[in-house]
Amino acid sequence: MALTIKEVEHVAQLARLKLTEEEKVKFAQQLSTVLDYADTLNAISTEGVEPLIHILPIRNVFREDQRKPSMEREEILANAPLAEGFQYKVPKIM
Amino acid sequence: MSPDYEIVIGLEVHAELKTQTKIFCSCSTAFGAEPNTQTCPICAGFPGALPVLNRQVVDLAIRAGLALHCEIPAMCKFDRKNYFYPDLPHGYQVSQFDFPVCKQGYLDIDIEGQKKRVGVTRAHMEEDAGKLVHQGDITTTPFSLVDLNRSGVALLEIVSEPDMRSAQEARAYLEKLRSMLLFAGVSDCKMQEGSLRCDANVSVRPFGQQEFGTRCEIKNLNSFRALERAIEYEAKRHMEALEDGTELFQETRTWDEEKQMTRSMRSKEEAHDYRYFPEPDLPPLFISREWVDEVRAALPEMPEQAQQRLMEVYGLPEYDAALLTLTPETLDFFDRCVQEYPDAKTIANWMMGEFSRLLNQTNQEIGDSHLTPDHLVQMLRLVDDGTISGKIAKTVLEDMFNSGQSPQEIIKAKGLVQISDADTLLPLIEDIVGANPKVVEDYKSGKGKAMGFFVGQIMKATKGQANPALVNELLKKVLDSIQ
Repeated sequence: MALTIKEVEHVAQLARLKLTEEEKVKFAQQLSTVLDYADTLNAISTEGVEPLIHILPIRNVFREDQRKPSMEREEILANAPLAEGFQYKVPKIM
Repeated sequence: MSPDYEIVIGLEVHAELKTQTKIFCSCSTAFGAEPNTQTCPICAGFPGALPVLNRQVVDLAIRAGLALHCEIPAMCKFDRKNYFYPDLPHGYQVSQFDFPVCKQGYLDIDIEGQKKRVGVTRAHMEEDAGKLVHQGDITTTPFSLVDLNRSGVALLEIVSEPDMRSAQEARAYLEKLRSMLLFAGVSDCKMQEGSLRCDANVSVRPFGQQEFGTRCEIKNLNSFRALERAIEYEAKRHMEALEDGTELFQETRTWDEEKQMTRSMRSKEEAHDYRYFPEPDLPPLFISREWVDEVRAALPEMPEQAQQRLMEVYGLPEYDAALLTLTPETLDFFDRCVQEYPDAKTIANWMMGEFSRLLNQTNQEIGDSHLTPDHLVQMLRLVDDGTISGKIAKTVLEDMFNSGQSPQEIIKAKGLVQISDADTLLPLIEDIVGANPKVVEDYKSGKGKAMGFFVGQIMKATKGQANPALVNELLKKVLDSIQ
C-alpha cells in the first residue's frame, strides 16, 4: 500500500513536524512498508470475533471522590521550559 | 428572518460535573484558586502518570442521562482525541468516542404553549482543558500564560439532534437542559463561570429541502442572549450567501460579544482530524443494571414532576408552575412559603413579579439574595391585615431584598404603616378635590380618568401610605356630595 506524498504531508502537519522534500519521499516509503506489514493481519478472518476494547482483562477501576493535596506549584513548574507568575509561558496561538 | 428558508440548529453543551476532585486525579476542582495550585503529574500531563477514574463522575453522568431520558449502555469506554493546543498538556483530550455513557434521550421544550421534543443524541464524559490567559496587549504580546487548575475537571458533553428550527427553540432547549441538570444535582450550570458552555451548529436550507445546508459551529456562547443573537446573526449570514450564490464553508466560528457578530476561527485547511483511538490507560466501564436502578431510585423530583405538582396541589396556572420550577432554589423558595401561607397564587405573583425583577436587575440568583421565604410570608400577612398597602409592600420587599431585614423592622424604621384612618384622610381628600374644580367637572360628565387622577394625587400626598380601598370609598363620597 503506497502512501502518497500528500498523505505524508497531512500526517506531518497533524504531528506538527516540518519535513524536507527528501524526508517526505523517504517517510512515504518507510510508512508504506509499516502499513503493508500491518496489512498481513487482513489475511486472518475475524468473523464473529468481538473487537478488542482493552488489552488487559480488567474493567471498572475507580477511585473515590476524595481530595488529596496537589503538587507544590514551584515544584511542578520547575519542569516548564518557560514560566512567569506561577504560570506556564507559551508562544501566543491566535 | 426570511420565510423561504429554514434554520437547522443542534447544540453541544458542556456541563462541569459537581465533584470534589478531577476526573482522573485527586486534585481539587474548587473554582477561583491561585493559578496552578490544583495540579499534579496526572492533570499536568507528565509522561508516565496514570489516570484513575473518579466513581462519582460516572454516578453523575448516569444521573444526568436518566434525567434526559437516555439509554445507559451496558458498556462504555474512553478514547483519546488528539490535537495540539497549549491548554491541553497531553496533546490529547481523554473523551469518549464510539461508546458514550448515555445515548438516545430527549427533552421536551415549550414553545408558545406548544410542546416540542428535541432529541439528545448522546452524552459522554471527558476531561476539561486548562485556561489560557493572554499576557498584556493581545495584539502585540508574543506570549500566553497557562493555568492548568481546570485541566482534568470532569465534563459531560451533551449533544442534541439537529431538531431546533429557531434561536428561540435553541434557547428554550438550553434553558430546559440547564433546569434538568440543576434539579438532578449534577452541575452548578453557571454560564459566567464556565460550568455550563454551549456550542451551536447552525445551517440553513430552503424550505422543503431534505439535505442539510453547510454547517458552521459557533463557539464562545456564554449566555442565553449570546446563543440567540449568534444564531440569528449566523442564519442571516447563510441566507444572504444563499441569495447571492456565495459559497459557504464548513468551519468553526466564534461569537464576538463586543461586535455582536460571528468570526471565522480556523481556515478549512486546518479542518480537524482527531485520530481518536481507545485510551490504553483506562479499562472499559461496565455499568450493571443494578447500578442504573440505584441511581434512578435516588433521582430527586424533576422539573416536570414539580410543575405537575404545583398545578395539581396548588391550582397554579401552567405558566406560573413552569417559571417556579426553573431552578431547584426557586421551587424550594416557593415550597417554603406555601407551607406558611395558604394563597399560592399570591406567592407566585410576588415571586414572578417584584422579586424576579429585583433579581434580574441585580443579576442575582434566588439563593444570593437576602430575601427569605419567612420574610416574604410575613410581608404578605401585613398586607392582608391592612398594616401596609400593596404598593408599600413593593418598597418593603425591595428593602428586605437589599438588607435582609424583616418587614416589621423596615415598616417601623421608615414609618410605612398604612393610613386607614378616615379622620386623617378625609380633610386631605376634600382639599385635593377643592383645588381641582375642573377635574370634578370631568368626573361629573362621566370621565372615568378623573377618579384615577384624584386617587393618584392622594397617594402622592400620603407617599403611598393611604389605604386604597378607604381612599376610593371616601373619595366617591366627597365627589358625589358636590352638586
